[in-house]
Amino acid sequence: MDVEAMGREAQKYVWEGAIPLQIHLHESEVTTLPHPSPALVLAPRMGYLPLLLPLLKPHFSSTLPPGVDTIWFEYKGLPLKWHIPTGVLFDLLCAEQERPWNLTVHFRGYPGNILTPCEGEDSVKWSFINSLKEAAYIVNGNCKNVMNMSQSDQVELWHSVLNGNMETYQRVSSKLKLEKVGDQYVGKPNSNLLKSRTNTGETDTGGPVKTDKCFTLRDAVKALLPELFVEKTLIDEEIPRIELEEESRAPSDDESNTRNEEDVEEKQGENVECCCPSDDAETKLKLVRIQGIEPKLEIPFSWVVNNLMNPEHFLHICVFVKVPQAKPLPHDR
Amino acid sequence: MDISSWDGTLSSSDFCLAAHAFTEKWKRINPVLPPWSWVPRPKSPWLASHEVEGYLSLENMCILRSCEEDHDEKSHKGNEEPNCLGKDEYIDNATLVQSYRQDVRYFDFHIVYSASYRVPVLYFRTYSSDGQPLLLEDIEKELPGNSTNVLMESKWTFITQEEHPYLNRPWYKLHPCGTSEWMKLLFLTDPSLGGSQGVPVELYLSSWISMVGQAVGLKVPLEMFNKRKE
Repeated sequence: MDVEAMGREAQKYVWEGAIPLQIHLHESEVTTLPHPSPALVLAPRMGYLPLLLPLLKPHFSSTLPPGVDTIWFEYKGLPLKWHIPTGVLFDLLCAEQERPWNLTVHFRGYPGNILTPCEGEDSVKWSFINSLKEAAYIVNGNCKNVMNMSQSDQVELWHSVLNGNMETYQRVSSKLKLEKVGDQYVGKPNSNLLKSRTNTGETDTGGPVKTDKCFTLRDAVKALLPELFVEKTLIDEEIPRIELEEESRAPSDDESNTRNEEDVEEKQGENVECCCPSDDAETKLKLVRIQGIEPKLEIPFSWVVNNLMNPEHFLHICVFVKVPQAKPLPHDR
Repeated sequence: MDISSWDGTLSSSDFCLAAHAFTEKWKRINPVLPPWSWVPRPKSPWLASHEVEGYLSLENMCILRSCEEDHDEKSHKGNEEPNCLGKDEYIDNATLVQSYRQDVRYFDFHIVYSASYRVPVLYFRTYSSDGQPLLLEDIEKELPGNSTNVLMESKWTFITQEEHPYLNRPWYKLHPCGTSEWMKLLFLTDPSLGGSQGVPVELYLSSWISMVGQAVGLKVPLEMFNKRKE
């Protein structure tokens, strides 16, 4: 199977991917006995949690207290950001990939001080289009292609995402002419992280310096989070402990969910750092997860972007890191 | 950089420069106003970021509703410069606060750099004098009538509620996708802002905030636009 065909297989796998959810109504909203059973739903990876409302409402409506519905979800007490695709939330928050994934749903008491407001499908659609515009801006320097989409194209595009219809999505989105990322090679070192062109080997700062070394997923993660690839001599003497549960629950969690666009980030500096996460027990990088997969870090980054990105043209990379164990007494280093 | 080929954006490091220049100038020119301060980006405990990233913050800024209408049409110069208040008018406001407490709105403004759009973005939230957060609908009717229409009608500025990039909470945001266009336009059409020498980074923020400030009733004193005479 050639690379192209493998790519298409990967895209299909991703588009058809779904997370089995077991959704419990929050106790405070249960007004009848016996408690309603949890709803079992298969949620598309590429979709968004509020879009599940039509499936969930009938299941729980008889037991809800009177009032207006404002649906929101939480996982182990953490209110979930509705504008992040379901698959990404799962990859990020559920290190052990629990299946079904147990979530709690609320229809009342929207935490407006924590979550941005969500008024149903329109809010989600707006957020999606907005992200698409941002991606377009980064790739092309403007978002005209998205702004100038015809109304019917916009509707069709959104419905293709709603319904998980990859063929329709690809047909409509190709009109946007957002270039696929070409194969990238490690070029001249420079301090700019974001590039807006995808031509092979070219950088904004000067002539191309092609080597045979392809720009891999590892290179990309390193460019984004250089702190995770420290040399041995700089590492703490402390024994690192895997704090996946704790750190992934922190609301200010987005450090480990790095949104990365179609652009290739070129790595900083010329020195090749030592690290290969699987070899060196002291490195902080524990796991990289994209669309539920743990890709080999040697894979060319362009392939990862082109085949594993979400419909809004963002690639969501979930990174798990080792956190040093907290010392009992505070100490200044 | 030559203005005609400039795309209206600035780099992250230029933003830092511009921010520090802006802060210092604001303090120098408006000692009575609350100062802007540079807040370094909150870091995750497990990552040591070496980058100097951060945002500009102006909090507890008091903007009086009753005074807005009076100053709308005033213009100190006969050019396209947006309306600005002189220093004295802020001092007057301080005495008015006591009499018109119900009309007082407090704002927190944050200017955060967007790596995607390569421009600054205004985030804000608003609350009444007892700390109660206010909704945009409540303040929209109070924003200066004329200037709001001008900006709102264009595709350049619209306000949404989104997550603050560093603080993980919902804040109002002035959408950045038109910013580079009108910044370029501003610098091209105003001769005092640069001319042939190129884009003066220090003036970027003053000019930018004079535009976006109008949408939220934040006035920028005229002296902020004077180039340094050094």
